[in-house]
This record gives sequence, structure tokens and C-alpha cells, in this order.
Amino acid sequence: MPLRLLKYGLSRDYPVSGDIPATPALKPAYDVVIIGGGGHGLSCAHHLAKYHGIKSVAVLEKGYLAGGNTARNTTTIRSNYITPEGIAFYKEGVELFERLSQELDFNVMFSQRGQLTLAHTEATMRSFHMRAEMGKHMGTRTEVVDQKGVEELCPLINMDYGGALEILGGLWHADGGTARHDAVAWGYAAQASRRGVEIHQRTEVQGFEVVGDRVQAVKTNRGRVACGQVLIATGGMNYDVALMAGVELPIRCYPLQAMVTQPLKPWLHTLVSSVSLHTYLVQSSRGEVVIGGGSDPYQLYSTRSTLDMKVHLAEGAVHLFPFLQGVRLLRQWAGITDMTPDYSPIMGASPLANLWLDCGWGTWGFKATPVAGKRMAQTIADGRVPDILKPFALERFETFRLLNEMGATAASH
Amino acid sequence: MNRLPAPFGSRIDRSRPIRFSFEGKPFEGYAGDSMASALAASGQWVLSRSFKYHRPRGILSMTGADANALVQLPSDPNVAAERTPISEGLRVSAQNVNGSLEHDRDAVMDRFGRFLPVGFYYRTFMGPRRDSWLKFWEPIIRRKAGLGLVDTKAPHRHFDKTHLHCDVLVVGAGPAGLSAAIAAAEAGADVVLCDENPEIGGALTYGRYDPAILSGLSSKLEALPNLKVLTGTVCNGWYEDNWLPLIQGDRLHRTRAREVILATGAIEQPAVFRNNDLPGIMLGGAAQRLIRHYGVRPGQSAVVLAANDDGYRTALDLLDAGLSVVELVDPRPAGVAGSLEAELRGKGVAIRNGATVEAAEGTAGNRHLARVRVGGSWTACDLLAVSIGSAPAWQLPCQAGGKVGYDAGMQTMTITLPQGSVHLAGAVAGADDLEDAIASGRRAAANALSRLGHAVAVESPVTPKTIRPRYVQPIVADPKGRDFVDFDEDLQVKDLQNATKEGYREIELVKRFTTVGMGPSQGRHSALATARIVAEATGRTVGEIGITTARPPVGPETLGVLAGHHEVLERRTALHARHVALNAAMKPVGAWWRPYYYGDASSAGEAVREEILAVREGVGLLDVSTLGKLEIRGPDAGEFLDRLYTMAHANQPVGRVRYCLMLNEMGSVVDDGVAYRMAQDQFYVTATTGAVARVYADMLFWNAEWRLKVDVLNLTGAFSGLNVTGPKARQVLGALESDIDFSRDAFPYLSGRDGMVAGVPVRVMRIGFTGELSYELHCPSSLAPSLWDAVMAAGRPHGLRPYGLEASRILRLEKGHILIGQDTDAITTPDELGFGWAVSKKKPFFVGKRSIEMRARLGQTRKLVGLNFPAGTRNIPGESCLVLRGGAPVGQTTSVGYSPSLGRHIALAYVHVDDQAEGSRVTVKCRNGELIEAPVVAHAFFDPTNARQEI
Repeated sequence: MPLRLLKYGLSRDYPVSGDIPATPALKPAYDVVIIGGGGHGLSCAHHLAKYHGIKSVAVLEKGYLAGGNTARNTTTIRSNYITPEGIAFYKEGVELFERLSQELDFNVMFSQRGQLTLAHTEATMRSFHMRAEMGKHMGTRTEVVDQKGVEELCPLINMDYGGALEILGGLWHADGGTARHDAVAWGYAAQASRRGVEIHQRTEVQGFEVVGDRVQAVKTNRGRVACGQVLIATGGMNYDVALMAGVELPIRCYPLQAMVTQPLKPWLHTLVSSVSLHTYLVQSSRGEVVIGGGSDPYQLYSTRSTLDMKVHLAEGAVHLFPFLQGVRLLRQWAGITDMTPDYSPIMGASPLANLWLDCGWGTWGFKATPVAGKRMAQTIADGRVPDILKPFALERFETFRLLNEMGATAASH
Repeated sequence: MNRLPAPFGSRIDRSRPIRFSFEGKPFEGYAGDSMASALAASGQWVLSRSFKYHRPRGILSMTGADANALVQLPSDPNVAAERTPISEGLRVSAQNVNGSLEHDRDAVMDRFGRFLPVGFYYRTFMGPRRDSWLKFWEPIIRRKAGLGLVDTKAPHRHFDKTHLHCDVLVVGAGPAGLSAAIAAAEAGADVVLCDENPEIGGALTYGRYDPAILSGLSSKLEALPNLKVLTGTVCNGWYEDNWLPLIQGDRLHRTRAREVILATGAIEQPAVFRNNDLPGIMLGGAAQRLIRHYGVRPGQSAVVLAANDDGYRTALDLLDAGLSVVELVDPRPAGVAGSLEAELRGKGVAIRNGATVEAAEGTAGNRHLARVRVGGSWTACDLLAVSIGSAPAWQLPCQAGGKVGYDAGMQTMTITLPQGSVHLAGAVAGADDLEDAIASGRRAAANALSRLGHAVAVESPVTPKTIRPRYVQPIVADPKGRDFVDFDEDLQVKDLQNATKEGYREIELVKRFTTVGMGPSQGRHSALATARIVAEATGRTVGEIGITTARPPVGPETLGVLAGHHEVLERRTALHARHVALNAAMKPVGAWWRPYYYGDASSAGEAVREEILAVREGVGLLDVSTLGKLEIRGPDAGEFLDRLYTMAHANQPVGRVRYCLMLNEMGSVVDDGVAYRMAQDQFYVTATTGAVARVYADMLFWNAEWRLKVDVLNLTGAFSGLNVTGPKARQVLGALESDIDFSRDAFPYLSGRDGMVAGVPVRVMRIGFTGELSYELHCPSSLAPSLWDAVMAAGRPHGLRPYGLEASRILRLEKGHILIGQDTDAITTPDELGFGWAVSKKKPFFVGKRSIEMRARLGQTRKLVGLNFPAGTRNIPGESCLVLRGGAPVGQTTSVGYSPSLGRHIALAYVHVDDQAEGSRVTVKCRNGELIEAPVVAHAFFDPTNARQEI
């Protein structure tokens, strides 16, 4: 038994770690105000406090801590993208996850069991080859496997449908995995607050005081806060929050849905996703099978779920694993994803000198929680954007230097 | 046997005994028994082991809502034993046991509980090495996780779906739902009434009510032909616009209702005290269900914890069923229970007021309840029936936009719905007295009817007859724990308290940190207690804490019933049978089945080579029916195409065919095809097979946006296409009976003609993908086989050979023709393809024009070129291999193939724009990592002057 458990068993009272301090009173000013108490904002706060010595930091969260897309995503972590810029960035993200539990002294349960993406068409196989070649070139573990390889990696996949849904092969990404999403946010929150960062839950930003090219202060439901630097990391609300500062982002919001089955004894060891079926499955440490897929086809700011998407995901799941017919669904839910035209995020500078962006994370933001926080903290501390983030600049939409990751994002987020 | 005589046991048929097994031991029950009732009848009370501590668990609610009574069937995990009927020979086993249910090796976990406090797994299992979690700890945890075992060889089951439409859907056939359905149907509305139970009546079927009430409602029901009753049917969610899934066994009724009345009742809540999870402790409603539905005596010697009339009625029922009721414990002061109290006392039952059950103790191994502690003293009993109040069944109302509140005075959870097409009736609306419930059903019906336009008198709400706290749940936290709040997740009072100490103070954070409410019951029995515990621990009110979001589904539903009956959709061209008769190797391409080559797999390479040579030297025939075919009609048809495509179409002469290239608004190439102007106001446009659905949708979108005078028709399935190609193509067509002159002068390259060929009306275009003389004949699909037969017959003297997709791909590659989607990607511009010629410089607008102009100013970075691999090249790169420049990727190969006409491998590839000149040498990284050099050549490897196609 790990020693840590003895501490609990042998102490008279439950030894409180105090992960998340109660929301304190708002101070009149902070060096850095982070809008959005999700994984990204908390990660940035942690990196500012720990690595850049910036401790006058307030994280403002409209609702409860990490209750937006951090709480709703399906926790895929991977770097098998298609552009060299994207792969370089996400690769660093995966590497940070490999060390994250130790970094936070909080078990985020990073489970690097690999991701298998399935191809049902030759066109998909061709794009897999492209991703594999680029991935290998960039030093990630990404390779194309044939039908036999698919069967070896996931023997329970139904290979017999044939026809338009015949599985021709797959993209095997040994670096891929999952982590306990809430734990990532809580771990960052605990570390950041231990170093002096203030986390303000139920604190909603309602406007900005902009003078010239600077944000002077942030207006909240709990009062005005003057700020040295401001970071926007508000997930599905990024467009709206940035617009309050007069910055219009090329973002459109779509609901993304997912669902989970009752707990089952483990049978699925890798992440499995199918491009043609727009369905992916992963079994959590609790034994629940998480099933996700494509976004709703129209823009919306509602986290309602739909019957039609549930049916679609069930069809995909049963196609891949017919024995799931009798497995019971426990719950479905949705989040709001802020989609950019090229399926890549917007990180770095805004038109305002002290307003920084960590936006446009669409359906794929969780995996970048450590790396985006680390690099945005560096950006804010140095006042300039590091090379690894430069391709993700907002200007790319005016200069057509797009980073098109659509093909590498469609089914597996 | 714990069986009671009739009339107890309304659901069972004692004339039909049924044998089944549980944990390998034989059991017998009756038809109509649920697994749990049949087992209880035989004295088997333990049904499962709990999730974390592996404690014995049994019947709690008899509603099938919690993990306590989930069991394993051979091919079905997590089956609700309380709801699922037994069947002959059924093999049932317990879940989540290490060993057997009786002797679970993991029961030791119950002793180690203090070492495993809430959230312990976040604090440990991290070391000693960085990958220890993945390699060591997680496999252990994963083995312990989960409940049921999925049968990966489960036989295929049949599920189906129907659609239902109604004026009023009433969910729940208890007294409120029945009265609502009857009132709505009597007014003439088309009504569907559904209930998850096998019979109508709800509490009337198991509660202590006059049977005449239910029979009165039933007889009214039967007289209404416009009232459809679906029993055994659960309404498992509410979705926007009253779109509701009704699940009846293996059938899904997708239901659209104009008005919905939710009469979903209330959920009885357990009490919290030490060892409150022992088998033998159950809700009052569970005891009543066992007695009335199944004729099962729930114990011998009972204590009743009651804080409402239902609890007193339960005690009376227990007496009727022959149990001895040792004591009734009521946390309320004396005198509030009125006549029921007197009746019980009259039957000699001791009633203790102002007290509660403080703890329980079990028999050896905690396998059954042995005694309970009340006021410090222990009382022996084998049944504790708990009736201390209920929470409204909030799941459906909350999905429909309802807000949960808390009435502190009444200690009651309340639900308010926004005004609209969803209404509440009965206990879910707070009307838990029978007469109130029936009246509230009628009121809900009247509200729904008036919204439907019926002239009805709406009864004004009456003050409920009884006003009393509905929920007096004692929470007796025990220093030694095992005071369970959430049975599914084995969570105790201190777990929730400790979570708040860690800072997880918001209810959603408490849920996520402790997992409270995340199990199969989804908080049915824990949400209210959790809110109260968190409120007390954080100094807030229960109303401020609230409950977590209620998400669909209401209860567990199988993926099978959602997925339904499904087949892989596929499309076949009208010529499918012809290809099969010619021994074609048919393969799916997207949704379509297409011939890859004609011949045996053993000689595939030879067949493809011969097909290619036939086209180059004689004549070939290709089924191109999968192409998208769109007809654009109307006076603005030319203008419409001008805006959609990059070339000029408004000025395209009638009878001419033009290439068309489509961009998206970003200026990227998304589709290509040809447009044949058949008349001033009529174009016949082709699109690529894979893109036509999107192109058609885009056309409709833009047509709506621009409001031009055009109509767009998708003829993809209605028309078929045959391409006759090769130097002898003209001779073949000339041999057919036709009113079209196929001669070079009368029918030049890139023109089109309509007429008759072999008695079939056709649209013919002189276009092709092979670089040879080609005629493409399109005709109505119904006539395509006879056209095919005629062409084949006419071609026989000329050696005509049908060819497949493999040959077609090589033929087009030899000519350097691009395939959209293969040789283009999401950011390809016309310039990168060398397609500047296909982009009109004169048109003021077309989709993507502004973007390609801006992108052109930024400078081009790459270019699609041909690559040559001289015969004997050792390592030919595959498709999608990187093109490197100075070690950095600058492009990739897009198409690679062996050209029999040229005798070497050729490829199309994106290279750096500075390397586009013919003769430049570029570096390609093969899949095995080897770097090779290849010379750049022009696109058209074969017949670069295009002499052959224009003959």
C-alpha cells in the first residue's frame, strides 16, 4: 500500500490538503488577470507563479471551477496532427502530460494507452499516411497499420461489415492517451493557489475599461479590477468575452456532444476512433465507456443534448463493437466549442497591447492544457510571443497563413 | 418460502412456475416475477456487492434505479434485477465480486476504508517512477473498476424504431397521469399515455388504496379509442420541441408531442445512518411493491421508520402480510399522523415519536439486517422499512427547462417549469395526496387542451388538503462511518464533508471530486441528502446548493435500442449487374460500389494493364454513373455558375462544354467538373462523386442567398454515365443508330449534343479523363443497361473493353489530371495546381475570388508538379510521402503509380515553388525513412501536347 494512504488511515482526523481555497475578496488590482477558471487559465496561473515568479494573479471564473469544457471534454491527448507547427506544439503538450502528476503532486491519471484511428476509405488511408509521415518526421510515435495491425491492437473491433464501412487500416499513435480532466484543473488550482494565485469563483467579467491600446481594468459582477496584463481563456465564451474588449475573433460556436455508458469491467484498452463514422470510444479508469463524435451542424450556445446525436453515436459504437448493443447508456452531455476556420487555436497577442489570447480551442483544447498554460505564461511574463506559438497568431486569418488541421481533428478531437 | 397468498401478488401467475439460477444455485419463481422478487421469495436477499467496499447489498427501492440490484446475465451486464422478469433457464449472477457473492475476497476493502478516503486516488499511485501509474497502478485500479462484464461474443439482437405523433403525451400512469390522460382524451385530443411499469396505476397498484379507484379510472380509459396506452414503456428523455424517446423493450418510439404532461411521481428517499445499506433495509415503497406486486413477504419482524402517512400505511400493510411490526419510529412529534396512528396503535404497534433510527447492525458479514438502534437501545428485526419522504422525480422536468428549488419550511424540493407546452401533474408537482393528485392531473390536461385550442374550463388550483413537511430525512452521521449517502458509489457523510474541506464546495465540484450521483442511480437517492450535507458543511442553504444538472437519459438505455436496426448504406449504379456479369472486382468507393478491374484477382495486374492498353490503343468503356450530376435551369443559370465557379459560363455558347473549378470562400479548390450548356437557360453540370452532396447543398445555400432566377436539380441517381474512350471511340459510336453526328467537325472536342443513341435519349459530351478521344454519354438510369449493351455490341468488332477504376486512375495520372481531394488539400489554390488558365480574370465576383487574389499577393510557397522515377529506381515512395527541402517538409507526393504506357513510375507532388521548373531535383522521404531524389517534369506525362484527345 502506498505510504500516502497510511497517512489517511492512521490519522485521527482527515488530513485536509485544501486544494481549492474559498474565494477571497477581490483586490483592486493584480499584475495579471486571467479570465476563465478552466484548465488553460489555471495552468497559465500555475506557470506564472512557479516559473516566472508572478504571484499577483487573479483567475476569474464565472461559474464553478473548471466547469466549462474542462469538465465536459472527453480527454483525448495526442499529437498526431498534420501540420509541422501543430505537431511541434501538441508534442510538447504530450510530453508535459507525461510528467504532470509529479509536477502537480496530484494524480491526473495520464493513461498513455495509445490511440487507434480507423480508416474506412482509401482517402482516409492517404491522409493517415500523410499524418504518419509528418509525425515520424517530427519525432512522434505515429504509424499507419493495416487490417491485421488493427486486429492486433484492438482484437474486439468488428472487421466483418465490409462494403462502405470495411476497415482498411488505421493510424496508430502510441503517444496518445487520456487523463482525468477534472484532476488536471484541480491540480493546477491547488499548486497555483499555494503560490499565492487567487481563484475567484462565481466572478463574471462584464466588461473592460480600454484606454488607448491597453486594458486598464476588468469589470466584474464583484467589482472593478485593475490589471497589468489580461489573458482570455474562456472556452466557449471566448468570442463574447473578447468582443467586450472590442476584439472580434474569427470564431463560431457549436455544441459538441458526448455520452457515457454504465461502468463495465475493462475491455477496451486503447482509444478508438473512426473517421467515417464520426465516433470515438475510450474506456475510463472507472470502467465507463465514453463515446463522442462530430459536432452539431449548426451554431448554438446551448449545452442541451439531442436525441439524434445520441442515436448517431450509438450507431457508430455498435458498428465498431456490435456486442455493445446490450450495454446501457448512463448519461449524455454537451459543451460549447469555439471553432476557428482552420481547426487550430488562436494564441498570443491581440490588437490590445496587454490583452493576450488563449482562444479558439474548439473541440481539441484539453490536450493542450499544460502546454498552452506554460507557453502563455511565458508570453505574458516576457511580453513577447515565443516561436512555438507564432504560427497560432490571430493575424494568420488576415494573412492566410492558416494551419489547417481539419482533417486531423474531424473525428477524434 | 416468503410467498403470501392471493390477492397479494398482482403481477405473478402462480400457475406458471419458472426455474432459473442465481450464482449457480437453482431458484424457482412465477411468471411475472422480477429476478429480485423471485430471489426474495426464496430468502435470497443479497443481490450484489458494492462498488468500493464490496459490502453485501440487496433490494432498496424495487424500482431498478440503483446499483444495489444490478446483476449480470450471460450476455448482458448491469441488468436491473428489480425490474427484469425471470425466464425459464435464465442464468443470473452477481456483479463486482472477487470470488463469489457469498464469499467475496474483496470484502476486506470494507476494513481498509479508512485508508481510502474520498479522492485518495488523486493523492497517490503516482510513483515511484514516472510511468508507474500506467504500468502498475492503473491496471490494478482498472481491474477493480467497473460493474458488469460485457460479453464480447453476445449474439446479435434485433431492435427497431417507430415514430409516434400525438396531441398530448402523458408520462406516468399513476393517479395524476391517468386523470390527465382521461381528461385530455375525453376532450377529443389524441393522447398517448406511457408508463414504465407493466401495468397502469402507479402507486394505486402497490399502495394502500381502495381498489375501486383504479378500476374506476381503468374503465374510463378503456372507453377512449383516442387514448393509446403504452405500458412497459419508459420516457427516457425530453429533447427540444417535445421530441421524446419512448422505449418499450427493444423498440424505440421516437415521439413528437404537441403538449407533454409529466406525471412522473416522486422518488422515495433513504435515511442516512450507520449501516443503512444492509440488506433488509428498504424503502417503504419497496416493501409494499414486494407484497402487492409479487406476494413476497419482505421479512418476519419489522421496524418502520416513518415520517409521513405512507410510512404508516406501509406498517399496516406489513401487518396484513403477516409480519410483526415491532415498532414504528417517527421523527416527528406525536399526533401528526391522525387516524392512521390510531389504527396502528389499535393493532398493538408501538409508536415512538421524536426519535429516529441511529444505526443498524448486520448478521455475520453484514449479510442481512439484525437489529437497529433507536434512542440508544437496540431492537432486533430483519426488516427496516423507511418512509421518510420523497423528492419529486425531477429528471424529465429539469430536462424540459424546470428549475429546482427548496422549500425550507416544508423541507421539500420543488420544481417550477416555464410556461409552455410541458406541464406537471401529481406528486412531481407537489400534489402527493391522492385527491390532490387526481385534480392536478385534470388541471394539467385543461392547460394543455386550452393551448391546443380546445375550449375548456380550467379548474383553479385548490389548496392541497394536507399541508405537511414531505421530507423529514434524518441524517445521522456516524463517527465510525458506513453512513451511506450514495449506495452506488459507496459514499459516506464524511466523504462529502471532507470534499468541502478540500475546497470542493460547489455541488458540481462535490460531485466531480466524490463521484456522488455519478453511478447508475444518477443521484435519485442521494441528491437531496448531498445538498443538505453540503449546505450544512458550507454554511449555506439547501436552495443555494441545489442539485447537479439532470441529463438524459432518465434511466439506463441500451446502445442497441438507440442504434436500432442498422445496415451499411450502399449505392449501386444502374450497371451493377452488368459489371458483376463481366466478373468485375467490385469495391466500395465511398457509398458506391464500383468495378476496380474486370477479371480474377489472381491476374489483377495483368487485367489492369490490358485495360489501360485497350484505351490507349483501341477503345474502352467506363461506367461514370457515380459522378455528381446537377441541372441548373432558369434565365440566370449562366450568372449563377459564374458566381459559383472560376471560369466564365454566362457567355458560354449553347452546345459547348466547359471545365468548372469550384473554390470555397478561403480560395481553396473544393471541386471540379464540367458544365454543358444545353440551352440558353439550361446547364448540365458534373461534380466529383464524393463532393456532389456538399456541392448541391452549397448551390441551394447560394441560390437562397443570391435569389437568382434559377432552379437546381440533383440528377445524380436519376442519370447514368458511360465514357467511351480511345482512338477507336468514334468508330464505335458511328456504328450505333443515332441522330447525332459524331464526326470531328460536327462534334468537336469540348462540345455537347443531345439526341438518341440506340433508341436511348442521351446527352453526350466530348470530354474525358484519359487524354484519348472520348465521348461521355449520359442517359436516364433506367435506360442505362440497354445503352451499355448497345455500346458493348457496337464495340465488339473494335476490341472495346470495359475498364475499371484502377485503370482509370493510372490513365488520368499519365495525363497529369488531378483528383480533387487526393491531389488537393484544404489549402490548395488554383495557382498551386497551375490552373491559372481556369480562373477568369474578368469576372467581378466568384466564390473565393477575393481570397485567391489576397493569397496570390502573399506569394506562392508550393506547386504541384510531376515527378519521374526512371525505370530501375530502387525505392519508389508511396503516396503522402514528404518532399523535403533543406531537411524541412515543403510538400508531399499526392498520386503515385506505375505507367504501363511510359514504362516507369510517375507521381504528382507538391514541391517548393522554387523547385517547380522542369529538371529541378527534389528530395522525397520514403515511408521507410530513406531519402531519394527525383526530377521534376510537367504534369502531362503522356501526350503533353494533348493531340490525342482532340482528334
